[in-house]
Amino acid sequence: MKFKVRGIDTFASTGGRPFDKNKPLIIFVHGSGLSHMVWVLQTRYFAFRGYSVLAVDLPGHGLSSGESLKTIEEMGNWIGDVIGAVGCKEASLVGHSQGCLVTMECVAQHPEKIKTLTLMGGASAIPMNPELLKLAEESNPKAVDLMMDFAHGPAGHFGGHPVPGLYHLNVGSMIVQNKEIKDTLGVDFRACDNYKNGPEVAKKLDLPTLSILGAQDRMCRLKDGKILADYIKGSDVKIIEDCGHMMLLEEADQTLEILKKFIAEHYPLPN
Amino acid sequence: MDPKTYKFDTLSLHAGYQPSKNAGSRQVPIYQTTSYMFDDVDHAAALFNLERGGHIYSRMSNPTVQVLEERVCALEGGTAALATASGMSAIFLTIMTLCNAGDHMVVSSQLYGGTVNLFRLTLPKFGIKTTFVKPRDTEGFKKAIQPNTKGIFGELVGNPGNELMNMPEVSNIAKEAGIPLIIDSTYQTPYLCKPFEHGADLVVHSLTKWMSGNGSSMAGILVEGGTFDWMQNDKFPSMTEPYEGYHGLSFAEEFGPTAFTMMARAEGMRDMGPCLAPQNAWNILHGLETLSLRMEKHCSNALKMVEYLSNHESVAWVSHASAPGHPDKELAEKILPKGTGSMIAFGIKGGKEAGAAFINNVKLASHLANVGDARTLVIHPASATHSQMDEATLKFAGLSHDMIRLSVGLEDFEDIVNDFEDGFRAAKKPRLVANK
Repeated sequence: MKFKVRGIDTFASTGGRPFDKNKPLIIFVHGSGLSHMVWVLQTRYFAFRGYSVLAVDLPGHGLSSGESLKTIEEMGNWIGDVIGAVGCKEASLVGHSQGCLVTMECVAQHPEKIKTLTLMGGASAIPMNPELLKLAEESNPKAVDLMMDFAHGPAGHFGGHPVPGLYHLNVGSMIVQNKEIKDTLGVDFRACDNYKNGPEVAKKLDLPTLSILGAQDRMCRLKDGKILADYIKGSDVKIIEDCGHMMLLEEADQTLEILKKFIAEHYPLPN
Repeated sequence: MDPKTYKFDTLSLHAGYQPSKNAGSRQVPIYQTTSYMFDDVDHAAALFNLERGGHIYSRMSNPTVQVLEERVCALEGGTAALATASGMSAIFLTIMTLCNAGDHMVVSSQLYGGTVNLFRLTLPKFGIKTTFVKPRDTEGFKKAIQPNTKGIFGELVGNPGNELMNMPEVSNIAKEAGIPLIIDSTYQTPYLCKPFEHGADLVVHSLTKWMSGNGSSMAGILVEGGTFDWMQNDKFPSMTEPYEGYHGLSFAEEFGPTAFTMMARAEGMRDMGPCLAPQNAWNILHGLETLSLRMEKHCSNALKMVEYLSNHESVAWVSHASAPGHPDKELAEKILPKGTGSMIAFGIKGGKEAGAAFINNVKLASHLANVGDARTLVIHPASATHSQMDEATLKFAGLSHDMIRLSVGLEDFEDIVNDFEDGFRAAKKPRLVANK
């Protein structure tokens, strides 16, 4: 659905159900250069089981208008505004990769609005390889190819998509290339590279938190994901074997099962 | 720093398959089953509602067929693919997903005869009309577009006359009109050309041909490039508006670069069901493993055949994009740098009668209605593959009665030539009789 956030047209997938502000809200936040489309194997499930779902396109991404936000702090604050913009007071957040930094920042800035936090393929800092950052800021398609290489584990490289007929690497690549690379991926990579507050923010988090990590993640390595989880008080950690950074697609079923249990326990539907 | 993603030959052997998820089986297993167990009622509901991926019923998807789909998708550089029972069913499924009654297509006139019949005779039954344009008439494609036109369709190298469509320029015309360009790339295979790199939005193949090469199995496939923006205009409401069949799902919004394939599977395979048998998928996968090696030999044998035929006293003309003086030679060198394929059309002196004598007297070359087999194949299109066309349609499609269609195989070149010499000797006899 389209709605306004700070006067800018914003798109979010509602998982195929009409948005209902009276249902518990789960917001999904994508990673660098990506869009709502990466969440399709999680959002539809929750949308058809009593939750309101928003897989947002960050400003300038996917089907949202405006320019990309330049810092993780701004993005975190923007997610807080999304909750109010759709007439809700609170939400659970699910972030992937850069989306983990964004959702942590959102909790730090709007603690009263956020009920649970799920971090997929996260780390407390995501410093960028300088060459990759330069390529992205120059809109060089090689940046996307490198990102797809690093982001995918064995499933992505060989295939075996959970949705028959889809090919991981090229789907991801086309989602990113839907926009000018420097305006989305370039800005996002720079924002990740600049963000240094991760450890401090993580240490202050005080809400039910789940980290889902890929054992073969080359983008945010398993050890860095574990370090982030250690910073967060009481964080639950689930590791998916033989899986890279794109667990939400590469191992969509396992990811959904883990998320289902966590949401059911910490953010249940009202009786 | 370069990406370490797998390249073409590696993908043709490995893409779409992980032994570790299939009991360690090195070869792709044949999942000869109609249906798949659900974990519980919730799991079944989620699968039916496209909330999660997986298999329900082999009409919609099958694990063996899925490997083939991903492998071809990887080789083409696409986002998604959907295998079908034949190349024709891939085309039909594509058009039925794209168009509604009252819509219109602009189509190259030089096509496989079955495809011509589909557009000329069958699709009008569903209210879908077609304007045919000669493949070299690039401006003609633009002029033929109407407000209700939903796509441009063509074979890059036309069957059987070997005229090339200027894919990059026709792609620009399609982009300007906000409609997709669909290319039947059967003749090329992704080894010779990846149409997405030249502006195509959707690609279809008959996998029965070079992709398998073994001549054992029928199969087709639709591949999506993920390049077309279905939401740029209001021409494709079934892609962009809520779809009643899945509780108001908008395919374009939800699935983006894979929306067309998702819809073709969810609606087309559900309702029409031209599914590929897993055994046939497996047979095609075997062929794909050697695609590069075969295409290289097909092309080198074809080049030698072009030279041989061009210098033969019994041959009136030769059409192959590599042939000196071929009007599309320059374009072919740009789009098909690795080779222009193994389909040759040639005219035999003595016309239809000589052609029949030639075909009846070759022994190594097989006379049959197929192309792209590892073996050399010949046919007389006017009396076989394109026989359901009237004279005017034959002429418009660029067919003449003296035309022999040759699909050059992988045999030793000298053996093919020796066989052809027998054919040409026999073809001369009716003319000698006629001259008396």
